[in-house]
Amino acid sequence: MSDLVPDGQRSSTARVVAPASPRKLAKVPFVELADGRLQGVVSSGSDIARVYVSSVAAGTFAYTCSTNNNRPCGGAYGGFCNHIRALIGEAVLQYGAGRVARYMRVEPVEADSPAQSVIAPMAQTRPVPGDKSAAASVFSRFLRQLAYLEMAPTTAPLPEMQWFPPTRAVA
Amino acid sequence: MRADLLAESVDGLDEALAAVDAFDEALATGLLRPQPAQAAGLAQLAGALAGSPLHANVAEAAAKAAEGAAGEDHLLALAAARTALLGSVHDALAARAAEATGRPAAEPPAADAGTGPAVNVLAAARSWLADLARCGWRGIDHDVVSGAAPVVSAMLPDPALRRLAALLDGFADELAASCPGSALESVPARRWADLWSRGMLLTLPGAAGAPAAGTATGRLLPLGVDLHEHATAVQAQVHAVFEPADGAAPLLVRASVSAPKPETIVGAGLWQLLRPHMSLLTAVSEGRAMDVTGMPLTAEGDLVWDDARARPGESADAFSTARVALPTAADPATAPLDRHPARIAVPVFLEGYAAAQAETGLTFTVAGTALPVDTDRVPLAGPLTPEAVAKSAACIGLLRWDAGTFRVQPLAVETAVRKKPVALHAGAWAGGTADKAGVKAEKAATDAAGVLRERAGRLLRK
Repeated sequence: MSDLVPDGQRSSTARVVAPASPRKLAKVPFVELADGRLQGVVSSGSDIARVYVSSVAAGTFAYTCSTNNNRPCGGAYGGFCNHIRALIGEAVLQYGAGRVARYMRVEPVEADSPAQSVIAPMAQTRPVPGDKSAAASVFSRFLRQLAYLEMAPTTAPLPEMQWFPPTRAVA
Repeated sequence: MRADLLAESVDGLDEALAAVDAFDEALATGLLRPQPAQAAGLAQLAGALAGSPLHANVAEAAAKAAEGAAGEDHLLALAAARTALLGSVHDALAARAAEATGRPAAEPPAADAGTGPAVNVLAAARSWLADLARCGWRGIDHDVVSGAAPVVSAMLPDPALRRLAALLDGFADELAASCPGSALESVPARRWADLWSRGMLLTLPGAAGAPAAGTATGRLLPLGVDLHEHATAVQAQVHAVFEPADGAAPLLVRASVSAPKPETIVGAGLWQLLRPHMSLLTAVSEGRAMDVTGMPLTAEGDLVWDDARARPGESADAFSTARVALPTAADPATAPLDRHPARIAVPVFLEGYAAAQAETGLTFTVAGTALPVDTDRVPLAGPLTPEAVAKSAACIGLLRWDAGTFRVQPLAVETAVRKKPVALHAGAWAGGTADKAGVKAEKAATDAAGVLRERAGRLLRK
């Protein structure tokens, strides 16, 4: 929701970012738009203990895909592998095609466009493999979010949360 | 309710907010190499504090900042000045709201600075916020924004630092989604300056407040649930009338429960996360009162919930509470540092209004005054909808103020469904639900949480 309400500059509580839309997490437990990349973690279809860490850079669409043990993905040569396509698809479900397109700097699309409307223009530019060093930080960001589940809830009031109202707007 | 008072102008409000806006504009451009317009904005903030005890410090800080030479202490002084100014705005608006509701005010607490350890991580937080101030919102990039992550990670395990951690995490997420700042069409200048100044003040040891001073023993009659969420945190706040067992005057209180969360826990998943930690949520869903014994209560009317000190009471209809108990309950005072217009959330009961859909959204016309209704704050995971609010005959809500106007956030409405009167509560699903749509949402949320817990179990401790 970077399109702020008209008086957004004078509002304390206008939501700047729409909340993530609910989606099934089994295939892609983690996806985010961060550090100038669409990045996340894709569960392996064959090995329950293995995950692929995948990313696509905004603007250049340089991509990476490897396992959490740093083995390269067999499918990620000469273009997006299925992990990367699944990752982008889930990002579109979570954030809406509009926000994904804006972040990745592809031609603007409607918020409710299908994933293909974002994947195709990126794939057509024949992107090249990118810097693999990002994988470690993506995986650690995933672990960091998982760790949030283990933080103790508190019943002491957090007055600062008054600045974060819910919204019915969906991504 | 005297709704007419809410539409009237408040003396001095525009002048105070103009000084705030001038500073916010300076912050949007960044304080690294200030231009004359920014120097003027800084001076305007300092000028607004003339005659106050803060003035000398703020004037010095504004002058240093105008030269591009502000240290962290100077930035802290500017944040304090802005907070003080908005504190005065809060006081004027809260007084106006109290006039409109006609309810008594509880005795304000004695100003009591909390104490707290000066931990290193607070200094790290302040250093990140100082970097932001130098960049300005139009100068942010991924490098500067990502500096928040290690600070937040270090703070989250300590519940005593949760206020600042939750603030910084939500703030950094918004900034990250808005990078690079140079490409932003418009900047939420007041919002981000709010978050920045609160963050700065919370880096002072003890600023997060004193521990609960008193205890509450008596009956708690819930009015409704207010939900707050950002990508990685959620808080539910139950507003209730507390009737002390010793026969003292009834008091409006809040009970809160909050938790950090992964971004993909949303909707009904939020209630699932909070539900096990506050039995009051279940009582709300079941339409019950609760009896509390020796429950810690802060001077600001916040119960610090402990399930061991509460047991379910008899059934209690929120609308009966709103009609009978709410008018005589006293509104608690706000802690000095928490005084800010965004903090205003005054429980009100409205009926006999005319609902109308205006171009800018829904309004309730109460005794000739049209009050905007903020239906966007009604959480998706619940039976209350904007359509039901628009057709309602009675409403329990929170009176809030933002962007220049008072508005009502609905917590519950009485409306007719197939010609039968029913009560719909925004927080009805907080404690669980048998509602068909609710059960489906709960199932999806359970599955999502299950996947994350399974992944955490497999990957986290390797």
